[in-house]
Amino acid sequence: MRVGLFVTCLVDLVRPRVGFAALKLLEATGADVVVPHSQTCCGQPAYNSGDRRTALALARKTARDLAGCDAVVVPSGSCAGMLRMHYPRLAEADPEPAHAAALRRLAAHTYELSDFITRIAPLERVPGRYEGTVTYHDSCSGLRELGIKDGPRRLLARLPGVRLVEMREAETCCGFGGTFAVKFGEVSSAMADRKCRHILETGARAVVAGDLGCLLNIEGRLRRCGHNGIRALHFAEVLSGEAD
Amino acid sequence: MELSPARFKTQAAASLADARLQSALEKLQDRFVVGRAQALLELDNADAVRDAAADIRARTLANLDDYLERFEAAARAAGAEVHWAENASDVNRILVEIAARHGVKRVVKSKSMVTEECRVNEALGTAGLEVRETDLGEYILQLADEPPSHIVAPVVHKSRDEIADLFVEHHRTPRRETIPALVAEARERLRPAFLAADMGISGANFLVAETGSALIVTNEGNGRLATTLPRVHVAVTGIEKVVPTLEDVATLLRLLPRYATGQSITNYVSILTGPRRPDDGDGPEHFHVILVDNGRSRMLGTDRHDMLRCIRCGACMNHCPVYQNVGGHAYGWVYPGPMGSVLTPALLGPAEARDLPNASTLCGACAQVCPVKIPLPDLLRNLREEQVEQRLRPAGERLAIRLWGLLARHPFLYGVASGVIARALRLYAGRDGAIRRLPLGRGWTLGRDFPAPSGRTFRELYVRRGRA
Repeated sequence: MRVGLFVTCLVDLVRPRVGFAALKLLEATGADVVVPHSQTCCGQPAYNSGDRRTALALARKTARDLAGCDAVVVPSGSCAGMLRMHYPRLAEADPEPAHAAALRRLAAHTYELSDFITRIAPLERVPGRYEGTVTYHDSCSGLRELGIKDGPRRLLARLPGVRLVEMREAETCCGFGGTFAVKFGEVSSAMADRKCRHILETGARAVVAGDLGCLLNIEGRLRRCGHNGIRALHFAEVLSGEAD
Repeated sequence: MELSPARFKTQAAASLADARLQSALEKLQDRFVVGRAQALLELDNADAVRDAAADIRARTLANLDDYLERFEAAARAAGAEVHWAENASDVNRILVEIAARHGVKRVVKSKSMVTEECRVNEALGTAGLEVRETDLGEYILQLADEPPSHIVAPVVHKSRDEIADLFVEHHRTPRRETIPALVAEARERLRPAFLAADMGISGANFLVAETGSALIVTNEGNGRLATTLPRVHVAVTGIEKVVPTLEDVATLLRLLPRYATGQSITNYVSILTGPRRPDDGDGPEHFHVILVDNGRSRMLGTDRHDMLRCIRCGACMNHCPVYQNVGGHAYGWVYPGPMGSVLTPALLGPAEARDLPNASTLCGACAQVCPVKIPLPDLLRNLREEQVEQRLRPAGERLAIRLWGLLARHPFLYGVASGVIARALRLYAGRDGAIRRLPLGRGWTLGRDFPAPSGRTFRELYVRRGRA
């Protein structure tokens, strides 16, 4: 199976390690993994900001970039949700049938990373090692658009050194919301603050999530408040052993 | 300062800085979020009931004109007078006319959001009528001269202490501390108002087309008193509230209280059908229904259509992390939270509420808990699209998105630009790897650092790794 990794623009720009961690996990499933070089951004920022035309242009481009793959895997519930749930909607309004068909085809075989390595190509051995207490934050799109809930937790539980402690309101938004975090900085900070309180209550040394956006938001608030000892990690970093 | 839907940002900032409000908002979680989850456990087929409820609402809206005509005929047959109001000033004119016709001086009101929407109290006051709110929360707000901050719990933003102070100031009685004592104090003031009133105004949770009834669910006895004691009763309600049959209402009633307050059923469910009949023990001599459009029919068949399914339970706001942090007044109009962020621009026009459709992370919690399955995030996104088309968003924002789009469509340019940005931010961050002021993202760094990029993009590192 030819598996395309879509790294997401945030991973590309801010924390490439997450991309390499995802690559390592996918390779561990035995899949033939490719990372098409022409990929950029899936168009979600434009889509959620109401610029449908830009979103459609980027969706078409992404579909072209990933056309040769049997499956596409994304280390982000939010971008995977965009490809899987929202590209078909953009397709509805696409005047050109060939483009619309390409968007639908891509949507049908796009998976969020934890979903792929638990359900589609089960990972036999988790390559990483991690020692310590962690808590898991459910990122909104992954949870509500794709139903990602138990998968990442079960994967983390397979690392013998990991102890998972649930936080209060793990399913409540951390306040990132893409451009929301910039447009409504104060409200967004207040939301992140609440998330950080719940993380601190668990006594965990790391908060783990499946979306880099949430992680940057949470980490940013933790650092601003002086909590330097707690790490904000993508589950792929933990599972692949790239966290250290 | 008068609240306005155009000033979400300023109002939200004020809410965040208000310690009393913040502690009052904590109550929402304990009461309504936990309450709803527990009440739903009692239904062993909650999902099926929810599907049925969404279907009833969708079916009715697909033939709204037909059901409204049926309602009108049935209500008239039961002896009610039915009035149609196209907008708020129609509502107020009709109310003043009804009052004049029946020689009304004093009015009592039960809770109704649509009369808030139409500023009925103000209009009736101008016409020389004395109006008393009788729902405990609304009564408190009338004393405080404040609008509601929640559609189910209008006074959720106030603490017991504030209410005790307010009663001392207005009632000029010794300060009482406990909730039962405060309730008793309000009751002492309200009872004479009920007895003296010539007219009672209520809303309606549903209108039943087959029987011509207005149905009200409430937890306070004031609803029954306001609808049965005065000579004249007027039910004011939005046209979207109609439901075909009593059986349909029964389905919706299995959800409404559970989603609203976590109750299996409210203390009172009143079904009001026409004026009192000769052998009735009580009830008004004259029964009027005002069917209010006020922008609702304009929503039919558009991207906002699904919003008309709303049964005003408030679950979306209780579960919205934005509402939980800023409360209802930040939204600036009658309807707050996610439903308000759709309804306010839909009813007042998108230019009046530019920030509201954007004041959401699209986390989806609202849609997850909506009993009639309104796709709120989709509706919010549609409104954002409309705003972009009408150039209602700031030019800088629209340009930034377009430029990003342009860059992302050209992989080579994108690669060069992202490489430059990653390095620049790395340098700017310095040693500890945190950016305290982001050049183009001041909103972000107001309350958070921005974790610095590692300095090389994935695409650069991946290419290098391939060569190695």
